[in-house]
Amino acid sequence: MTEASAAVRLRLQGIRKVYPGVVANDDIDLSVSAGEIHAVLGENGAGKSTLMKMIYGVSRPSAGEIHWEGRRVDIASPAQARALGIGMVFQHFSLFETLTVTENVALALPDKPALDELASRIEAVSARYGLPVDPRRHVHALSVGERQRVEIIRCLLQDPKLLIMDEPTSVLTPPAVRKLFDTLRQLAAEGCSILYISHKLDEIQALCHTATVLRGGRVSGHCRPAEETPQSMARLMIGGELPVCEHSPADGRGELRLRLAGLSHASADPFGTDLRDIHLDVHAGEIVGIAGVSGNGQQELLQAISGEETIAEKFPVQICGVEAGRLNAARRRRLGLCFVPEERLGRGAVPSMSLADNAVLTAARNAALVRGGFLAYTRARRFASECIERFNVRCGGPQAVARSLSGGNLQKFIIGREILQTPRLLVCAQPTWGVDVGAAAFIRQAIIDLRNRGCAVLVISEELDELFEICDRIAVLAKGRLSPVRPIGETSIEDIGVWMSGMWPGAEGSGGEDDRAAA
Amino acid sequence: MLRLEPRTEASRLMQWCSPLLAATLTLLAGLAIFWLLDKDPLEGLHYFLISPVKDLYGVSELLLKATPLMLCAIGLAVGFRANVWNIGAEGQFMLGAVGASGVALYFAESDSALILPAMLLAGALAGALWAAIPAFLRTRFSANEILVSLMLVYVAQLFVSWLVFGPWRDPMGFGFPQTAMFHDAALLPTLLDGTRLHLGFVFALGALALGYVFMNRSYTGFKMRVAGEAAEAARYAGFSARRVIWIGLLSGGAAAGVAGMAEVAGPMGQLTDKLNFGYGFAAIIVAFVGRLHAFGILLASLLMALLYIGGEQAQQYMNLPSSISMVFQGLLLFFLLGSDVFIHYRLRIGRARA
Ligand SMILES: Nc1ncnc2c1ncn2[C@@H]1O[C@H](COP(=O)(O)OP(=O)(O)OP(=O)(O)O)[C@@H](O)[C@H]1O
Ligand SMILES: [Mg+2]
Repeated sequence: MTEASAAVRLRLQGIRKVYPGVVANDDIDLSVSAGEIHAVLGENGAGKSTLMKMIYGVSRPSAGEIHWEGRRVDIASPAQARALGIGMVFQHFSLFETLTVTENVALALPDKPALDELASRIEAVSARYGLPVDPRRHVHALSVGERQRVEIIRCLLQDPKLLIMDEPTSVLTPPAVRKLFDTLRQLAAEGCSILYISHKLDEIQALCHTATVLRGGRVSGHCRPAEETPQSMARLMIGGELPVCEHSPADGRGELRLRLAGLSHASADPFGTDLRDIHLDVHAGEIVGIAGVSGNGQQELLQAISGEETIAEKFPVQICGVEAGRLNAARRRRLGLCFVPEERLGRGAVPSMSLADNAVLTAARNAALVRGGFLAYTRARRFASECIERFNVRCGGPQAVARSLSGGNLQKFIIGREILQTPRLLVCAQPTWGVDVGAAAFIRQAIIDLRNRGCAVLVISEELDELFEICDRIAVLAKGRLSPVRPIGETSIEDIGVWMSGMWPGAEGSGGEDDRAAA
Repeated sequence: MLRLEPRTEASRLMQWCSPLLAATLTLLAGLAIFWLLDKDPLEGLHYFLISPVKDLYGVSELLLKATPLMLCAIGLAVGFRANVWNIGAEGQFMLGAVGASGVALYFAESDSALILPAMLLAGALAGALWAAIPAFLRTRFSANEILVSLMLVYVAQLFVSWLVFGPWRDPMGFGFPQTAMFHDAALLPTLLDGTRLHLGFVFALGALALGYVFMNRSYTGFKMRVAGEAAEAARYAGFSARRVIWIGLLSGGAAAGVAGMAEVAGPMGQLTDKLNFGYGFAAIIVAFVGRLHAFGILLASLLMALLYIGGEQAQQYMNLPSSISMVFQGLLLFFLLGSDVFIHYRLRIGRARA
């Protein structure tokens, strides 16, 4: 723990940031000492990322001062921030997709290192901190979990004096999180200051020394997480009680909505994971979860189900009774499939388009947002407004461009857009990625309600707690193979944790048989 | 010291100011060129900017010149918005002229009112057909459409030469490489007496309106924009990437084909081998100066037409080399690309503090 006398490394004074029509930050004071791990808490859209981006020189304050090691500074660019010793892990990743992991890391380092040597340094760091990545791979082929690891490694290699982490663990698995925390504690003990943003309050409690709470762009309180409970911190954040999810067990299984009948598919990416003989049934009125460390075929499985990647034969993917293997995403949507992808910006939503336009992106047909080949603007706006209202998306309205939304709010919008189409089958990747505790509970409830209305739901997530909270049955995807599917009551987080390394009963080839027996 | 600093958000203002800035810089650079060539800069300016539009006839000539530019540029913009890079409008323009000429020559005896519509259709189809080649090669074999469409310009040029030196040569034409003059039923009516401005200008305005409605209001146009902005999102939504390529190339080809038709059925009145005005290439600049937007293209094509005519006048009265128009076009594109930097960066004075 830091002593009171420790040198103040970063001090913000009266910081204000105004975007057209929104005051994202207002009169914010904050100071971080050497060796301090300081949490920044707040609901989606409270202004956390905005504040961090100003410290890292991505944007500039409209008013206020930044003091670095006692000196007033004007941080004009990330390069300048790095020169001061500030590193940042972004919520929306800042990697160049067409470059390899090594090249991406090299770009952030001041001197130009030899790539081969850098690659082995990356491998060393990734092994040491339990963040597996292959430095030769191209970033565009990585899952979000892997990208997050790259962002973290890139930061660690810079030996920063202040490390800003904007939701670094949103898609990491529990063991990876524990390792990361050991690393962060060690860095702090060596004098590094850390600004830590997360919606996972138990993490904050385990890791952080101090916390500043933001609400509506202003500082609404301070606390010492060790002396609080997750519930009390949640109250500080949302200024009220935390909603709880009501989850009654599924009452009987309805008709078959999704069947994977021996799905095998070679990944389009040479470093990707091939899917091998996957068997899975999802019925109306149940939620099936697939756990696993990302990079084990999640990306490939999602694309094979959604139709972004078509497969050679028709029968391995059956949607609502139709053999859909060769249909593209739009045709599968017509069968009643709705899909929430991992990446929100650039895949789930077009960054430069308004929310109304982004509603048209997938709901054109189901919500009749196109009339006679022309966009029905009024209807699209109304649909977007309904989504904004029902899912409590904080934004400037249906005309706001997707890029201007905070991460959690965009996630809420995308989930809302898919749920409002009342799908027959919903496939959801990381449904509560980056949304605050209140909103996460709300989204989970919305998914459960959808199930109760007879929808079949498949959730792919790295968050075991979440899967155990909402799923009726669960399986693990490891190295491109699917484990047996177990009812949630007949397994435990510990068991599934072991399975995640690929070791389930009857693993190695017989997994498929076992699954059908269990299903 | 001056330095560039990245903006956090692309500047909307700069997006539209940048073409204006580029036009102004082109003007200043033009003055400097006149001065360096020992010509009176003000006189040069007069020939470039004032004298082309000093009377109604001048204005009609300006609109006449702008017609093919508008047509080619709006067609290209549809593809460009979707990241489909058709560089071969010049060749599609020539094929459009060939298609229309074929109809005019074949029905040389007839004076049916259907000849012009048939020429229009033939021009559009021929242009689209020429653009279909890169579309097919791209969707089938992933061949780069930039290269293929560009190469086909030279093929088109040779094809036109072969026609007018060979089978289509006017037997009464003293051996010149040209077809017979079209008969009246195959010529576009002029809009104003005493000028050469013809119905093709109305086609161009129609194409702009159509382009606007297609890109901004139609679902297909929406899909094209999504494909251009975020290819992953288009795949997620299930929009067919092939269709985007086909539509992008075909609309550019058809529009350029109509421009070719309007040229032979308008001011030329026949097909000759001197079809390489460079409209198809200049239209690329027009499309970008006009920000790939219908209204912007309208303005940009007028500016480009002014450069064409001003160049001719400067050549004629000031004894300047004929390449002066090309120099101005090049300058305009150069300054536009330069000014576009300020959409994403801002200029700061002073040193960066480390
Ligand atoms: N570029 C922008 N243009 C307009 N408004 C913006 C922009 N960036 C952020 N905002 C607005 O500023 C507010 C704060 O956003 P910010 O991203 O800082 O939230 P956050 O606390 O990080 O939320 P989350 O937990 O969802 O990531 C939001 O209302 C958001 O809509
Ligand atoms: Mg944020």
